[in-house]
Amino acid sequence: MAKFVINGEAQEVDVDPSTPLLWVIREKLGMTGTKFGCGMAQCGACTIQIDGAAVRSCVMPVAAAEGRDITTIEGLAPDEETLHPLQAAWIEHQVPQCGYCQSGQLMSAAALLAENPNPSDEDIDRAMDGNICRCGMYGRIKAAIKTAANNNAKPLFHNALRKQEVNHG
Amino acid sequence: MGKWTRRAFLTAGVVAGGGLVVGVSLRPGNVAHDIAGTIEGEGETLVHAYVKIDADNVVTAMVPHSEMGQGAQTALAQMLAEELDADWNLVRFEEAPAIKEYGSYTAGRGYLFKGINFPDVVVPSVDGFMMKVAEGLQMQITGGSMSIRVTGQYGMRVAGAATREMLVNAAADAWGVPAAQISTENSRLYHKASNKEATYAEFAEAAASMTPSYTPKLKDASEFKIIGESKPRHDIPAKVNGTAMFAMDVKRPGMVYATVQRSPVFGGRVVSVDDKAARAIDGVIEVIQLPQASRSGMVGNFSTSGSVAVVADSYYTAQQGLKALKIEWGGEGNESVSSESIFEQFDRDITAGVDRQSDMSEGDVEMVFASAAKNLVADYTVPYLAHTCMEPLNATVEIKDGKADVWVGCQNPLGFRHAVADATGIDVEMVTLHNQLMGGGFGRKAISDCTIQAAQIAKAVGKPVQLVWSREEDVRQDFYRPAVQSRFRAALNDAGELLAWQNTYVDKHEPIEAPLIPYAVSSKDIGHVSSPTHVPFGAWRSVDHSQHGFFTESFIDEVAVAAGKDAYEYRAALLKDKPRHLAVLKKVADESNWQQPLGEGRGRGISLQESFGSIVAQVVEVTVTDGEVAVDRVVAAIDAGQAVSPDGVKAQIESGIVYGLTAALYGEITIEQGAVVQSNFHDYQAVRMSETPVIETHVINSGEDIGGAGEPGTPGIAPALTNAIYDATGTRVRGLPLNRFDLDFRIEETEAVG
Repeated sequence: MAKFVINGEAQEVDVDPSTPLLWVIREKLGMTGTKFGCGMAQCGACTIQIDGAAVRSCVMPVAAAEGRDITTIEGLAPDEETLHPLQAAWIEHQVPQCGYCQSGQLMSAAALLAENPNPSDEDIDRAMDGNICRCGMYGRIKAAIKTAANNNAKPLFHNALRKQEVNHG
Repeated sequence: MGKWTRRAFLTAGVVAGGGLVVGVSLRPGNVAHDIAGTIEGEGETLVHAYVKIDADNVVTAMVPHSEMGQGAQTALAQMLAEELDADWNLVRFEEAPAIKEYGSYTAGRGYLFKGINFPDVVVPSVDGFMMKVAEGLQMQITGGSMSIRVTGQYGMRVAGAATREMLVNAAADAWGVPAAQISTENSRLYHKASNKEATYAEFAEAAASMTPSYTPKLKDASEFKIIGESKPRHDIPAKVNGTAMFAMDVKRPGMVYATVQRSPVFGGRVVSVDDKAARAIDGVIEVIQLPQASRSGMVGNFSTSGSVAVVADSYYTAQQGLKALKIEWGGEGNESVSSESIFEQFDRDITAGVDRQSDMSEGDVEMVFASAAKNLVADYTVPYLAHTCMEPLNATVEIKDGKADVWVGCQNPLGFRHAVADATGIDVEMVTLHNQLMGGGFGRKAISDCTIQAAQIAKAVGKPVQLVWSREEDVRQDFYRPAVQSRFRAALNDAGELLAWQNTYVDKHEPIEAPLIPYAVSSKDIGHVSSPTHVPFGAWRSVDHSQHGFFTESFIDEVAVAAGKDAYEYRAALLKDKPRHLAVLKKVADESNWQQPLGEGRGRGISLQESFGSIVAQVVEVTVTDGEVAVDRVVAAIDAGQAVSPDGVKAQIESGIVYGLTAALYGEITIEQGAVVQSNFHDYQAVRMSETPVIETHVINSGEDIGGAGEPGTPGIAPALTNAIYDATGTRVRGLPLNRFDLDFRIEETEAVG
């Protein structure tokens, strides 16, 4: 039995302790925003945060998460009505193409900004180099991280973006 | 299925919320009951196969192409909304279901006729013919950069214009005024003289009884209000909060998980399986041998060898089970094949001219070579490449009560539906395909091999099954961008003018024009020889252009150097009769400050490639330090005729460039003992953020026929890069990927020789 907190909720799961956290999150807890890409911590599609640090969940056994605080893409926004500044910037820069890597990209970026609110280009490269995007949207990701860093103080609710979601979502 | 009549359909349609299907998508006489079934909302009227207008005046664009990140669905809806004069805020999207009425007959036409333009009067008959062809081939393809330039141009725009005309005619009848006096804007009809106005919804049902025009009047580009605007993509919000549904995110009640391994040697077979250890693992449900599978057809044809699947109560357990299997494989005679032996074979076959077929021949090249002042020869090679979509292949299949439901993200839903029907013996009408977003496609997801395996497993275990390939299987069981060798010969006169161009390469696929060059040369001889291997072929972003763009744009650079001319000016001089090409080339030279010298160790390279109806030029700037190449900047220009969504075109060019850059820097699938050596992103690397150059894209709207955007960015990056390396170092790179070469060594070698 493994116990941890995920997106603010305490969870207990009964699985083989060697099972990677990725599969526990996806299959047992039904949160499918975290993606499988390589299974060996090479691509970053499975990135989550544990105690605020970016972690590749595909190689982390569930036993190692015991008693810790996990955040996934589903828990990134503060509430249902509000976007995280990075999510708003992602939409503003039209970052995603296929979108498959973007949960991992956002979780890596959020961990970076939480620790370093004004990252340099080099800081961004270092924090994001573990996340592959085969659609090649690195330039837009970097631009969006900078926008989010600059917007941190501004209100999060983005009326225009919500409207877009309603009309075309 | 009796002969469909408009009235019978309409009557049934009104009860079930149906309506009329007309225009480019279906002709009267075609059976359309399947489409009527997709109209479920109360008060909805189906005005056209691509359009539906509901009681709230919301226009839904039925988009017959899958979304793999290219943003085509939004752009297609823009094209429809433009001609319909729809209110963009009231436009919604729906991916067309995998039913035969949505076979990409328009896309198929583009594929078969290679962009030949038909006069409007013959369009209906051509469409009638193509509808049959598409049905026969079971196609509903997303690929070939065809969505916008074919479905958009011939489908969405015509559908929008025809629908608008019907609405206008319906209003004219009701108001008793001439149709010519009615104007439309933002999904509303106006008769200014009598001060009458109405929403489209008010006349949707009346319009459904109108006979549509096959050749409605389309707008002139100067009238565009929605085409040419960068509209936010409708699929993006769900892609930033984890709610976007990919096939692997599907969960069915009682679903079990599976993973597979196929013979590492292509064409091999399973000799024996010892599954004792696997079955002993808690949670392993079944170990199944799957038969070999093959599909034929114009798109997505393949043949695979047999494989072994492990089914378990979780994916992790299935993986543990697969690792515990002891499988003996038979290589069927291909165990000794290696990349080395393949390239030896290519070289031998090119030299021998085995079964050489001509792509183009003008003038007498041999005579020119015999008398030219200078002859230049060079051989180029590129290796096999895998696609490595971020989302490894997967499919979920549920078979119950004689029906099959399939959840997959694929580039050919209709073809996949038929593949599942054939694999399970279930009638195709009983197979429902729920196409999901694709986590990358790039050509790989046009092939149904993994989905067939999932169907075979679901049938065998009698439970819903989600089959997920490991990344290792994804890399080792791909359908590969072919390795190619290409041999060139050029003849120059004393003034450095290009007199003859000869090119022989192995292994031709699509598009047929890929090896042709735009440059004016009076004597040309381009052809290919046959040199088959056992490595399976797949379409890979830009297909044959990905190899030939590198070859021809590198060799023309060599010719310019041999002529003692500037690489840009030499090309420009050969493009006097190609104003579109010249304009794109000039744009990229201007924007990159081509003539401004760079510092020590830095270099600039240029390339030009026409593909999928678009012309793209690129200039790359590099810095070479101690043999290490840093790609600093890429300036690109594209003439795609008319950019429907300029930001969407830019995003596709950026994407195509990074995809091609990965191939140029790292991409190499090597074959040893008949099998693929690489397995995952540690040994089949992808470009990451820190290596990504600044990319500036300039979009030219020439007003010519609309071209593709998804693929044309890829071919030109490798040659522009290696031409830049030549500029910086004097070292000509004639093979990819770059990391195979020690540039330091090559610089010394060049200096020693030169």
